[in-house]
Amino acid sequence: MVLNNIENLLEKYENGETTLKEEQQLKRYFSQETVASHLEVYKPMFAYFLDNQKEQFTKDVPLKTKKVFYYKWISVAAVGVLMVGIYFKSSNNQSDDLGTFDDPELAYHQVTQSLEMISNQFNKGTSTVGYLNEFDKGASTLEYLTELEKSTKIIFKN
Amino acid sequence: MTQGEFLNIVLPFKDKVFRLAKRLLVSTEEAEDATQEVLLKLWNNKEKMKDYKNVEAFSMTMTKNFCFDKLKSKQAQNLKLVHSNYQDSNTALQKQVELNDSVHWVSRIIEGLPEQQKLIIQLRDIEEYELDEIAQMLEMNNTAVRVALSRARKTIREKLTNTHNYGIK
Repeated sequence: MVLNNIENLLEKYENGETTLKEEQQLKRYFSQETVASHLEVYKPMFAYFLDNQKEQFTKDVPLKTKKVFYYKWISVAAVGVLMVGIYFKSSNNQSDDLGTFDDPELAYHQVTQSLEMISNQFNKGTSTVGYLNEFDKGASTLEYLTELEKSTKIIFKN
Repeated sequence: MTQGEFLNIVLPFKDKVFRLAKRLLVSTEEAEDATQEVLLKLWNNKEKMKDYKNVEAFSMTMTKNFCFDKLKSKQAQNLKLVHSNYQDSNTALQKQVELNDSVHWVSRIIEGLPEQQKLIIQLRDIEEYELDEIAQMLEMNNTAVRVALSRARKTIREKLTNTHNYGIK
């Protein structure tokens, strides 16, 4: 009875008409120690199928997140560093305080002294600019050239 | 999606991907590389994964296409043939030796089948997928799958019978 059933199943199996459940039944039958001698042929086939189900993938898969992710955070860090830099720079400027005078007479004295120094330096500068007068002289002599131009115009008219 | 969530989705079928790749590429190393490649592709497209109706079937299709590409590429010219190691079944030692030999025959017979029949035998008899699922994975229709399956099974049985009889004589 059981054998008959198996034979029927095998025929259906070869036509590709068995359900998964029926195929499992076949696999179970052929994994026994002893099977009917005329069905022995099938045994290695089902044994092979069952064996192959056990093979496993053991290699690791390196799952990396995309690089775009890192760039985003690097830019955030760069902006942070910039802002800290600017903050320190501006706070340094504020600490450049030279102080004030309490005594007005002393303040007046200091101011005149420093103004005197400025005017001294300024006069030095203007004295060197005196050479420019020489340039004016040269330019005035060039006025003769206009006379020359007048005469050439007369020539070309004729 | 975090790595953990991804692994939870992928873990149940990563072995199936590997075995399918091995069925087509024969060598274990190449199958490992292929599996790695397929899983990485999935990971890089993880945002789209919610849109797939059946991630497993999609991955199997991807594996199939990837392996076909590999076989077509020049790299496949120096494909290695590697013999698989079979784990011990519960049969007695004496029978086991005999069985191992014929089990080995089965693997060689399947290796000799046309690519598509190989795939279908792998998906149906080893991974135990429904015919509809296989049709979806291989982008074929249901009857074509059934016909190819039946043809493959008959070929295996015929060749096995031949070698079996030969052994007896």
